[in-house]
Amino acid sequence: MSPLRRFLRTPEAVAGAILLAALIAMALIAPLLFPGDPQAIAGPALLPPFQDWSLPLGTDRLGRDVLAELFHGARTSLAVGLAAAAAALAIGAVVGTLAGFAGGLVDEVLMRITDAFQTVPSFLLALAFVSVVGPSLGIVVAAIALGTWTGPARVARAEVLSIRERDYVASARAIGMHPLEIAFREVLPNALPPVLAMSSVIVAAAILTEAALSFLGLGDPNRVTWGGMIAEGRAVLRTAPFLSIVPGIALVLTVLGVYLAGEGVVETTAVRRSLS
Amino acid sequence: MTRALILLRRRLVGSVFVLLIVVIGTFLLLEAAPGDAVDAYIVSTGGDAGMIEMLRHRWGLDQSELTRLANYLWALLHLDLGQSVTFSRPIRDLILERLPNTLLLMVSATALSFGLGSALGIYAGARPGSARDRFLSIGSLALYAVPGFWLGLVLIVVFAVDLRWLPIGGIETLASDKTGLDRAADIAIHLILPVAALGFIYLALYLRMMRAGMAEAWRQDFVLAARARGLSRRRVVLAHVARNALLPLVTMLGLQSAQMLGGSVVIESVFSVPGLGRLAQEAVASRDTPLLLGIILTSAVLVVVINLLVDIAYAFLDPRVGAGEAGA
Repeated sequence: MSPLRRFLRTPEAVAGAILLAALIAMALIAPLLFPGDPQAIAGPALLPPFQDWSLPLGTDRLGRDVLAELFHGARTSLAVGLAAAAAALAIGAVVGTLAGFAGGLVDEVLMRITDAFQTVPSFLLALAFVSVVGPSLGIVVAAIALGTWTGPARVARAEVLSIRERDYVASARAIGMHPLEIAFREVLPNALPPVLAMSSVIVAAAILTEAALSFLGLGDPNRVTWGGMIAEGRAVLRTAPFLSIVPGIALVLTVLGVYLAGEGVVETTAVRRSLS
Repeated sequence: MTRALILLRRRLVGSVFVLLIVVIGTFLLLEAAPGDAVDAYIVSTGGDAGMIEMLRHRWGLDQSELTRLANYLWALLHLDLGQSVTFSRPIRDLILERLPNTLLLMVSATALSFGLGSALGIYAGARPGSARDRFLSIGSLALYAVPGFWLGLVLIVVFAVDLRWLPIGGIETLASDKTGLDRAADIAIHLILPVAALGFIYLALYLRMMRAGMAEAWRQDFVLAARARGLSRRRVVLAHVARNALLPLVTMLGLQSAQMLGGSVVIESVFSVPGLGRLAQEAVASRDTPLLLGIILTSAVLVVVINLLVDIAYAFLDPRVGAGEAGA
């Protein structure tokens, strides 16, 4: 059976794949469907949903099109989630490989730094980082990665410790390869699978952290974010609760899609591994 | 007892190093911020160049970075976190004033997520693969996908705005002059929604861990032996399967404390709870870097202490831990 068909066998994985595909489609067609600035005024303020078919989800406090904002918000969520997770996995893999392969003092120092990062609540760290450097998309990505690389680093280190003693590493040493070259060309690629297995959890955490940051007003001010929309709607929570509720539902479905698809992938590869 | 003490001592030494890295790292990060405490002060009060010069000198901001770091560390040894610019009060007092609210929120939310999460996990894991197991495991995944601050807003809309059952925010009714039990009840009512918003998210984590641990335990020989001895299913589940799956959850309790603390920043903002998280937000908004530094440091100490307590609890719960070290 092909991996794809095995993946699609569990209903959870199918649901996850559909949710993710819908999100990616939203992000991709947002500029085509809603060209122009999504933060521009499109109609009367506080129009309820399902009243005017040119503005299906109504408008917010300033008369901006909620549906357009929702589509453009998907772009931000997805971009930040993927970029922050990629950065966290890359930093984690490099630090973990260096610590595990070098051992000794290098290992000790790197792991104490990892401990320190895990001791500070990652959200507080992200808050401090963004407030120091200033909110922009790149900074938000960096702030989130700063608090999430520690998990992958620990996993990578544990994996490297077991790989370090294998025969192919010994033979690479015997032919006189530079230790750094062994670490990054022989050991790191083989230590990656368990690190990559964490990616769905990390992407999900990154999306949620980005939403929380922009909810507190620390997102990129030039971008529509779901967290920012929820915060916007909060001012009129009593009279127009849908303004906060709708982008929240989008967030939940996105994160759920990432989790479900991730579990499906892990299950597929686990089955394949046990078969081989 | 000695075993726990040895463990404690070893952990304490490690923790001091880790906290030192945290202090230095955070200090340097916040140093990189454009503008300093004086700029923040001048923005809020106004003042001329001479006054700026005078304040910089008085607060020691005209010294080199290293000197100031050394001064900061020296002050820390005396438990002095410095002076808040925006509040014009010692940072230690501000933090100690806000800390109890955050602790109350965290402890209640942890009790909710750990208690209900592990109970539901046992319920699901008692019959692996059953309908209720599948329902709970998917339901918990959905819950885990919910942003806490959004859940908080939804709870406010339903229970405070529509039904008017619970207060919309704050930690207690203002200027109500309540004392003793009345005041405790008032605070408890105010805490229901924030605790639910913070606790329900992490409930899913404990539920899933419990379930996974039980699935593992079902395959062990001692469970087979217990069943072969003819013990009732209830007894096998509770005394053998669940009991063995519970230990990793205790470790998780420590690991989650940092997450919980981070989560309470946003929850406190949603429910206007005057805690450490709100203070952090106020510090960010007014660019009060010494205050932010103090809060981050306090949180780190809190996380270290919680993890120490969890380690000690673990040593008591699992007799295998530290047995080898005690002999050495």
